[in-house]
Amino acid sequence: MTANVKVSIKNLYKIFGSDPKSALVHAKNGIEKAELLEQHGHVLGLKDINIDIKDGEITVIMGLSGSGKSTLIRHFNRLIEPTDGQILIDGVDVMTLSDNDLRKLRQQGMSMVFQKFALLPHKTVLENAGTALRVRGESSENADQEGRKWLDRVGLAGFEDHYPHQLSGGMQQRVGIARALTSNSAVMLMDEAFSALDPLIRTDMQDLLLELQKELHKTIIFISHDLDEALKLADHLVILKDGEVVQQGEPQHILLNPSDPYIEDFVSDINRARVLRVRSVMRPLSDSTAAHAGTVDYNDTLEDVISHSDGDTSKVYLVKNGSEAVGTICMKDLVRALVPRAPSEDGVRGQVNAA
Amino acid sequence: MAFYDSIFDSLGLKEWCGADAKGGPMTMAELLTRSKGTQAEETSAWNVPFPSLDELHASCNAIPRTRDMTSGVEQFFLDIKSSLQFVLDPLTQPLSWLLDGSIWMFVSIPWWLLIALTLVAVQFITRSKSATLLVAFTWLFMAFIDHYTYAVQTMAIIFVCTGLSVLLGVPVGIAMSKNDRLQKAVIPVLDMLQTLPSFVYLIPLIFLFSVTESKLYGIAIILYAIVPVIRLTDLGIRLVDQDIIEAANAFGMSARQKLLSVELPLALPNIMAGVNQTIMMSLAMVVIASLVSAPGLGVLVLRGINNLELGVGLVSGFCIVILAILLDRVSKATLARVDVSQQN
Ligand SMILES: Nc1ncnc2c1ncn2[C@@H]1O[C@H](COP(=O)(O)OP(=O)(O)O)[C@@H](O)[C@H]1O
Ligand SMILES: [Mg+2]
Repeated sequence: MTANVKVSIKNLYKIFGSDPKSALVHAKNGIEKAELLEQHGHVLGLKDINIDIKDGEITVIMGLSGSGKSTLIRHFNRLIEPTDGQILIDGVDVMTLSDNDLRKLRQQGMSMVFQKFALLPHKTVLENAGTALRVRGESSENADQEGRKWLDRVGLAGFEDHYPHQLSGGMQQRVGIARALTSNSAVMLMDEAFSALDPLIRTDMQDLLLELQKELHKTIIFISHDLDEALKLADHLVILKDGEVVQQGEPQHILLNPSDPYIEDFVSDINRARVLRVRSVMRPLSDSTAAHAGTVDYNDTLEDVISHSDGDTSKVYLVKNGSEAVGTICMKDLVRALVPRAPSEDGVRGQVNAA
Repeated sequence: MAFYDSIFDSLGLKEWCGADAKGGPMTMAELLTRSKGTQAEETSAWNVPFPSLDELHASCNAIPRTRDMTSGVEQFFLDIKSSLQFVLDPLTQPLSWLLDGSIWMFVSIPWWLLIALTLVAVQFITRSKSATLLVAFTWLFMAFIDHYTYAVQTMAIIFVCTGLSVLLGVPVGIAMSKNDRLQKAVIPVLDMLQTLPSFVYLIPLIFLFSVTESKLYGIAIILYAIVPVIRLTDLGIRLVDQDIIEAANAFGMSARQKLLSVELPLALPNIMAGVNQTIMMSLAMVVIASLVSAPGLGVLVLRGINNLELGVGLVSGFCIVILAILLDRVSKATLARVDVSQQN
């Protein structure tokens, strides 16, 4: 992709404790999280994070609980102050902003959706949706009009005068999303926005987000601890472990080329046929006139192709991106891609897969 | 020869202690020992006197006696009295006007109008039929047994003192919730105000102001009753869900916007609970304050005690109880209404 970098994090460190600056020296010397806690009594929140977030993409930051995801996302709008490093937004270092400019950034440049919704319980759904505009000092009519528009867009028309506690979790989070969209900011931060929801509702919300994104092209930074969710949403995937980035890149690429046993364990668990796409497994086109059993789309999942082929592993398909033929995919490659390339030796799942 | 003589001798402090000649008036203990004429009892480990001020004074004149100390405290108060008065008198004068004014106003409104107005106000604030009915019944009962004017005076005082307590207490509570050091400093003061027997802090007030001025009891009531509203404002703001505060920050609210549109509304149930307690404590204090000329039902209780008019005392005591129930119900009903509109 050739999109511009919208937000950039450079050499970011965050250490929790009484004297982070002195503990920083140890962290820069490469001390592990557990050691730093044991020997120096400080918690290593984030260590040497470098991420470029591109305009109009969904960047998913994934990791297990306690890996520092929430800490990281709160650095983008400086809800947490970094111990060291830079946070650049459109090339401007957030650390240099005055209190006033920082507030402006939060009011206009970034909006946030929270795991526990964090709606104002004493305000109606409509008032909640218009929060950002009211904070900026715009008129109530304007805030209500915009709020109504986005509530409608997320499927909550008719609930404007309800209070948050009268809505289900899924609906409350729709209000949360409408509230973020009403602010009309270019960047949206979503901290485990769907983790508190039931699985079916979660899928609905993911679809809603993708649908909105198709239209709005926001720069979305999405936190998740769920790989399926991450793979479904991500244009760019960052995997975090103990406050460090272990691998980042295009999700399909990470899936096919895990760089670390930790990630192999992670990815060995998912339904690869549903996640991998034809474009990641196909071969470049050598001879467009060669015989093929039919055509499939560049962005189809392997599952689509398998159902197409009726399970016949000898077939070869032509891959088209729009109307242009771009490659071929043979079922043998496809089946091979379904097996994790190198199951980790010591991971439990690795042993199961190898057996 | 007093017990601790030898110690002062051995320390070489005899000079400093001065001659044996005793200055100042004699204490009761000295008089007693002198009149009994018992001298130099056998001293053993069993009857070693505690080295208190009086005991040490017996050996060394330079050490003051306990009564010198208490009169020193008294003298200190007398010394600062005029300067304190100079500052506090004009500052607190509006309180006298406010109290006298509102008592005058409440009493001079015709009874039917005042009762009607209170009922409308209670219904509007609480939206609770039972609370309104209770108020109606209470007013009519008191009027019927000719306690109406006393009850109105008591209510007027509570009204003014609670209002001022909220006006002063809420900002203090807010400041405490924002500043841990201030909170640490204020909490002991609040503890002291709440635990000091009410009579004890009437004492310096009587020193400062004349007993006939209404601000004297006004200050006493406010000092006593302001504590819960401060405490619960502080607590309420600190207890606001941190996730919601974070959301407010993430949307770029200023401290002022956060306070007015998030923290205070969400702390309101707690603040109201504080106001409820403040009202109850004002009522308790207004009765005691009749000792320092506060008008109202307390005066009747006092008359009951002073003149042994048992009936007067008991009936007015009963009136105070139903007034307490009324105030409690009305403020609780208001609290319940606030709670319902913002459960989450
Ligand atoms: N304020 C804090 N003080 C000390 N340690 C903290 C603080 N906030 C987070 N941490 C630690 O930082 C690590 C990452 O936490 P967090 O970012 O909440 O993880 P995640 O969101 O990925 O579950 C955890 O080990 C947590 O204990
Ligand atoms: Mg988290």
